[in-house]
Amino acid sequence: MSNGNDPRLSISFVEQSARKRVEHILDAGSMQEMVTPFDRVTSPWLEMQGIVPQFDDGVVTARGLIDGKSVVAIAVDGSFQGGSLGEVAGAKIAGTLELAVEANQAGESIAAVLILETGGVRLQEANLGLAAIAEIQSAIVELRQFQPVVALITGPVGCFGGMSITAGLCSYLLMTREGRLGLNGPQVIEQEAGISEYDSQDRPFIWGLTGGEQRDATGLIDDFIDSDVIEVRQKVQEYLSKGVPKAFRSEAIQSSLDRLKKVDTRSQITAEMAREILSKEASL
Amino acid sequence: MNMLASHRGRIWFDLLAVQMTVKEGAVPSLLIGEGELSGRTCSLLLIQPDAHNRYPRARHGEVGLLEGWALAEAVSHIVSQEATVEPEHKSAIIAIVDVPSQAYGRREEALGIHQALAGAVSAYAQARQAGHPVISLLVGKAMSGAFLAHGYQANSILALNDSGVMVHAMGKAAAARITMRSEEALDELAKTVPPMAYDLKSFATLGIIDHFIDVSSAIAPSSEDIELVQRQLVQAVKNLGGDTQITKRLQGENRGASRLVRERLRAQWKGAAPK
Repeated sequence: MSNGNDPRLSISFVEQSARKRVEHILDAGSMQEMVTPFDRVTSPWLEMQGIVPQFDDGVVTARGLIDGKSVVAIAVDGSFQGGSLGEVAGAKIAGTLELAVEANQAGESIAAVLILETGGVRLQEANLGLAAIAEIQSAIVELRQFQPVVALITGPVGCFGGMSITAGLCSYLLMTREGRLGLNGPQVIEQEAGISEYDSQDRPFIWGLTGGEQRDATGLIDDFIDSDVIEVRQKVQEYLSKGVPKAFRSEAIQSSLDRLKKVDTRSQITAEMAREILSKEASL
Repeated sequence: MNMLASHRGRIWFDLLAVQMTVKEGAVPSLLIGEGELSGRTCSLLLIQPDAHNRYPRARHGEVGLLEGWALAEAVSHIVSQEATVEPEHKSAIIAIVDVPSQAYGRREEALGIHQALAGAVSAYAQARQAGHPVISLLVGKAMSGAFLAHGYQANSILALNDSGVMVHAMGKAAAARITMRSEEALDELAKTVPPMAYDLKSFATLGIIDHFIDVSSAIAPSSEDIELVQRQLVQAVKNLGGDTQITKRLQGENRGASRLVRERLRAQWKGAAPK
């Protein structure tokens, strides 16, 4: 805890709105939101399906400073449609990252922080959500060559679907205990593979496989952090200051193949087995 | 869920790779063809069913843990081999796409399938950004995370004009459960909401597919069909003219909001610069 060890004084990042989260990680007074709710760029597809749109379509994107460094900070609002990405929400993320790439190409240094609270594609805008995610991914692969792209998964929604792949592309990935990270949502796996493969009602089982602590123990993230606002800000600063990493997690090709090709798949896997297979210390 | 594996991808791969050297990738579910397409070196990549896949949830052509990393290996190998080659001579990378889904399973989640797919996305995006023409040829299903990993980073996407070609974010049964609608209700909605639709005509309005190729048969192609597809692949490479981006997709009829958001962001960008 960062507040003199008194948990009563700590403010949880998890409980903050998307807009507050962005404000919290940026230097005080530096947040400049773009395409704000006052722009009223709403989803063109939700109303025709009887769903009330939101003026920011569930994404907050801003420029600002972190520790004096110029960044873009983007947060997905998990409370609107499960943090799902439709056309507008996706374009806000992709478009911001594309502008950051352009700025870096022109010699300006701009890093990025993504606060991911998302179920992935918004099924009501299916193909346009998927298209936007491909565009976000392209922009991250380009931007991370210039400046760090730090992703933060704090929960409670977690990061799923195509956006979990996006998380896997970032320069650094930080999670809290409340965060979860996985490709397929529990309900979808149960639907496709059956309850014996994946019981979507069994919360301890799901947290055990996809929660922040497990993802840290399996080396799939860079840091397991406390959800206190001050700690989150410090950790984001710390990782931004590391600069561009020597190698990206998405480039750990050979070691991943070597490990995954040896897994005994005759019996079902447990969280402990996953730790043994993937931990940094595991022998190849 | 029982599912018959599709052989469309393999049919087209075999026909297009007749003059090529064919080898397995890091796993038997990845086939690689190396050769030439109208004088330009090119590699064909196919994810195919493997009934003996070590991972049982990835035996019907799904993109699973091994497939994601195997694609990453194959594509990044091409990129590093040609790192010093001028962009206009870099080989074309052609993804033959017939992927029913990503692999859904406990092992997959536990061992980080999202990261395996990120490996593939990363390699394809880097290949394109390095100047390789990356072309996707959709001959069957192109679903969700599987398509993100194998095909969606291409700078040109071609599709057979055939009802068996389908791009979507989620299979219909699962989409119905998650959105708490019936499959019939989803079909009804899709008639008025183009991004929801499962048919190619609606998909065409989204600007993602550059060209639909009219073939007489998608599963038993004639020699004319094959020649036509080869010509279209060559044309797709030519049309790129050195473009390494995927932004032309934004020109689609039903992508007005994607353009509007970007216009607004650009207009506000300078004013939002930190003081």
